[in-house]
Amino acid sequence: MKQFGAFVKKEFFHILRDPRTVMLLLIMPVIQIILFGFALTNEVKNVNIAVFNSDLSIESRIITERLSAGESFQIKKYLHSHTEIPEVIEKGEVKLVIVFNKGFGSDLRHTGKASVNVIADASEPNLAQSALMYATNIIRASSQEFLKGGEVSSAPRVEPSLRLLYNPQLKSAYNFVPGVMGMILMLICAMMTSISIVREKETGTMELLLASPVKPFGIIIAKTIPYFVISVINIATILVLSIYLLNVPISGSLFWLLFISFLFVLVSLSVGMLISTLVDSQVAAMLISGMVFMMPVILLSGMIYPVENMPKILQVIAQIIPAKWFIAGARKLMIQGVDVVYALREIAVLTFMLILFFGLTIKNFKYRLD
Amino acid sequence: MAAEIIIAENLTKRFGTFTAVDNINFEVSKGEIFGFLGANGAGKTTAMRMLCGLLKPTSGRGAVAGFDISRESERVKANIGYMSQKFSLYEDLKVWENIRFFGGIYGLKPDEILSRSERLLNVLSMQEYAGSLVASLPLGWKQKLAFSLAIIHEPAVVFLDEPTGGVDPITRREFWELIYDASDRGITVFVTTHYMDEAEYCNRVSIMVDGRIDALDTPENLKARFGAQSMNEVFTMLARKAKRAD
Repeated sequence: MKQFGAFVKKEFFHILRDPRTVMLLLIMPVIQIILFGFALTNEVKNVNIAVFNSDLSIESRIITERLSAGESFQIKKYLHSHTEIPEVIEKGEVKLVIVFNKGFGSDLRHTGKASVNVIADASEPNLAQSALMYATNIIRASSQEFLKGGEVSSAPRVEPSLRLLYNPQLKSAYNFVPGVMGMILMLICAMMTSISIVREKETGTMELLLASPVKPFGIIIAKTIPYFVISVINIATILVLSIYLLNVPISGSLFWLLFISFLFVLVSLSVGMLISTLVDSQVAAMLISGMVFMMPVILLSGMIYPVENMPKILQVIAQIIPAKWFIAGARKLMIQGVDVVYALREIAVLTFMLILFFGLTIKNFKYRLD
Repeated sequence: MAAEIIIAENLTKRFGTFTAVDNINFEVSKGEIFGFLGANGAGKTTAMRMLCGLLKPTSGRGAVAGFDISRESERVKANIGYMSQKFSLYEDLKVWENIRFFGGIYGLKPDEILSRSERLLNVLSMQEYAGSLVASLPLGWKQKLAFSLAIIHEPAVVFLDEPTGGVDPITRREFWELIYDASDRGITVFVTTHYMDEAEYCNRVSIMVDGRIDALDTPENLKARFGAQSMNEVFTMLARKAKRAD
């Protein structure tokens, strides 16, 4: 035990000798949360638009006001002729142009039907689509109001009414917080751990350690401890940031969310240890943990693309990725706020993976050099 | 404890069809400085690794400090020190961090580590460098420090695998002073080397050729037997017979 303590201390010395890496590991979750939370958002916020209103009725003015009232749009320009439309879009000044043709107001008043042209710059398709949807909703909602109070009553129409569960404002932050956790924990636990163990093999110090009375298995367990500590700090950072900065509440039980996070940390550490028993160079360790474990985490774990929309074969592959189960479980516990019984399957799969990877590590670990 | 602190009986190691160490026999007594010579590829390192419990012998028997090397390798490890040419210290750690680590893994108590590290730094005149990174030290200092750490727990035997590679004769001399000190304290020293002047410093030397031990005696007797002026001549005569390339 004393030997183990000396070992753990040494690992901390190694890590602290390279403060830039420590800073990177601790700041990375902050940067990722901010990046994903604010930059890569699907929400429509402060999109510049232009309005060409040749109608000048009360209705068209009210709709224009409504468009600029919320956070979604900012009216950058009022146009005075059709010829200006391509110009503002080409220059990139606005993403959307709303055109009210002459007679919009009277058409709406008399026939209950009027058309608005919405021209979108679709070079950024996702943004264009969401912006279009937002604008359409605002215009439709306002028109409906005019009709209710208007003289001409329209026949009752059935409008699809959508209700969004768990994430009513469609905040994208909700979705990616478990994803960022999965990615960062995988990176620190699997990649950093495997590199630090393999480095001892590469420099030859492993030989020295194997010739010492330290239990060989203690060597790699001691190597995981500093990364475990860093992971715990990162889990805390991510949760605090998502609650207080992104206003994503933890709707479920904090205890079980932490439980599944620690479980995932252990799974990732055992992945790192397993990699370290399979390869002999730091480059190989980095490639394996990067290509075999990190890439699929990002692409197949449902962090960015929903697993359900993937081709069958990729869905099958996704099942064997630990992060996929963690992210699914964390989403249930954190965002849906369901009881832990609904996440038992994820917890069971992660536990099974932990036993499997740890078992393989013990089986593969070489107690001697040959 | 028996007077014979290292025993090798028909010790053999095969990797596939290649016999790296071929039926070697020798005994080393307590406090002896035993030189283990041989050209590159002669099987010195393999033999030494078997004795340290790092490799399992294919056949034959070995005992170090009274413990069987294949069955009781954990006990063997607790009673030996090991130093290899290049990587016996952590370069990115400070001198005192290395001392504390090696003291710790050999099970020394904190106050023992403290007193021994003071003595050690004193002997090496390195008190001012306790806080320096090992990477910043000259090679000769690193080697002396590595040796001192390999014996920080006062083991029965210390195995040195080409410990003085690449340093000047003066530093090598200083290094050997440390070896003599250890030997005087009763620590058996098992050392491989390329330098024939170092072979002269040993109590006895063995010369390995192609996995076998071709000669084993005191340097004086060997020189007399081969009618040679120096160990260098003895070594050249024997090593010329080698069929194995590097």
